[in-house]
Amino acid sequence: MFYRENGQFKTTYRADQQIFPIAQDRLALLIMLAIAFVAVPMVASDYMFRAILIPFLIFSLAAVGVNILVGYCGQISLGSGAFMAVGAYAAYNFFVRIEGMPLLIALVLGGVCAMLFGILFGLPSLRVKGLYLAVATLAAQFFADWMFLRIQWFTNYSPSGSVSVSNLQVFGFSLESPLAKYMFCLALLAVIALLAKNLVRGAVGREWMAIRDMDVAAAVIGIRPMYAKLSAFAVSSFIVGIAGALWAFIYLGAWEPAAFSVDQSFRLLFMVIIGGMGSIMGSFFGAAFIVVLPIFLNQFLPMLASLFGIEMSTAGISHAELMIFGGLIVWFLIVEPHGLAKLWSIAKQKLRLWPFPH
Amino acid sequence: MAFFLETLLGGLMAGMLYSLVALGFVLIFKASGVFNFAQGAMVLFAALAMARFSEWVPLYLGIEGLFAANAIAFVGAGMVMFCVAWVIERFVLRHLVNQEGTTLLMATLGITYFMEGLGQTIFGSSIYKIDIGMPKDPVMLFESTFEGGIMINKEDFYAAIIAAALVALLSVFFQKTATGRALRAVADDHQAAQSIGIPLNRIWVIVWCVAGVVALVAGMIWGSKLGVQFSLTTVALRALPVVILGGLTSVPGAIVGGLIIGVGEKLSEVFLGPFVGGGIEIWFAYVLALGFLLVRPQGLFGEKIIDRV
Repeated sequence: MFYRENGQFKTTYRADQQIFPIAQDRLALLIMLAIAFVAVPMVASDYMFRAILIPFLIFSLAAVGVNILVGYCGQISLGSGAFMAVGAYAAYNFFVRIEGMPLLIALVLGGVCAMLFGILFGLPSLRVKGLYLAVATLAAQFFADWMFLRIQWFTNYSPSGSVSVSNLQVFGFSLESPLAKYMFCLALLAVIALLAKNLVRGAVGREWMAIRDMDVAAAVIGIRPMYAKLSAFAVSSFIVGIAGALWAFIYLGAWEPAAFSVDQSFRLLFMVIIGGMGSIMGSFFGAAFIVVLPIFLNQFLPMLASLFGIEMSTAGISHAELMIFGGLIVWFLIVEPHGLAKLWSIAKQKLRLWPFPH
Repeated sequence: MAFFLETLLGGLMAGMLYSLVALGFVLIFKASGVFNFAQGAMVLFAALAMARFSEWVPLYLGIEGLFAANAIAFVGAGMVMFCVAWVIERFVLRHLVNQEGTTLLMATLGITYFMEGLGQTIFGSSIYKIDIGMPKDPVMLFESTFEGGIMINKEDFYAAIIAAALVALLSVFFQKTATGRALRAVADDHQAAQSIGIPLNRIWVIVWCVAGVVALVAGMIWGSKLGVQFSLTTVALRALPVVILGGLTSVPGAIVGGLIIGVGEKLSEVFLGPFVGGGIEIWFAYVLALGFLLVRPQGLFGEKIIDRV
């Protein structure tokens, strides 16, 4: 009843080609933005911001980036953690070495460095495909791990190998309070997600999807595989790089290379697969799932154990968490291999007909 | 010269150990088209089972003697791996038939987490020892030919021999037995194999079981070398370049790939490492594999990938 697009006539090409052609979608988006920008800051506690909301925003951004590469262009990448690391360390170097560097520009420059790194390690994709490529992208991961651990220049010769930033501010506003951090991440995420959404429906996005569906056929109809694949690597690693810089600057504050290990790459891939490949919306679902689940398990398991009178050690809980996490992932893949975004689109389809299904 | 040869031999023997882990990947990929990321977790799981069983057998059964205790522990751990294979087939793979490669890959990652948690819950998470009576002392070879001779590690040498024996055994199993023929048929074409009456589900249990036993042997050897601990799972990440270099579908590829990676790693670490700060082993292996892939995208011995539109 509420989600019908009949009666919404478009009289101009502009109206027909807008990003969200259905009026209810536009309204829903505005409401979501209003909630995120106005309602959440009013009700959320500092713990909520720090433990859940800020990681969720940053991982959503990273998942959008990974989704462009994996979901839209079909190039499986296990090196996303490396792109995050490059973004973080490049932004750090620009920020620390150049006096008076604005934070925003440092972040973008970090993204640009990650983009160059991504293009370099995307080159094998022109020749190597599928699972072979997935393993080959691990080369980027281990190379980055090694580079930031061993080459002292990147860590500004800090003796412990860990680096930190402080006194962050944007346009004169200090980014010290959780609320300010949240708002900053949210603003960046909203802008980049909108850009990504716009990109994937345009010519470039369609080229990516053609390459994903069948690269030989796409080449035959005149899509340049090199251009399409490398542009996907570039855009994806740019976004992932910015997310990495945010993760380091805003969330961690002080970090070492282990913060961007191969586990991070796997986690990003999980977000994309569980959220739904080839869906910007799905990236948000996936990020929410992966961020919230461990926190939930962490709180819930001891409660459950004490309910049955079982004493659980910290190690036992962390093992049980691993098991439940793994089990849930398998279960999800079995019941809905197309991810949470598919559930969302089924729900939308049902809403179209509700409450009169015929 | 002697130093070079020593490094080379060390690399070859390390390579055999990598191919042992790589073999598990190849077996499963060949038979079910699943890229099994859980192989590392299986190695850890099997090694944990083996270590704890060999501890428990003298304690509860009163059987003394290193060999007897280890043999019983090996059989016990083998049975555990069989159960693991059955459970994975019954509860995961059966429901994911005909899904895309990525989905299956993700499922095995889920299995990885699950097995890491389960293994440590059942068997504990401290560092355990596996003592299978491998000699630890190094020996010198060719002392008459070179000055100082070549020092090799006896333990590595025996491990390489065990690995080679396992590979020989597996090839006989694949080539000569009826089950082996069925496995090869399934590897070639699932549907054709099924239509001539080969039970797909049972074949998958068997192949995961064989991979489990390979993981057990690998876990045993790596475990006695490094100690059984959580970091054993990273052995799988070391073996991945071996798999793609040799080709995902080729058993000989896993061996040759292992040797190339082993030698490449050691030589690069010794001769190139000092110039760039050391610790380059792990990414050098990947870059080496990538270099081979650029020439042959399907790996050295992999089946040629034919694109049809």
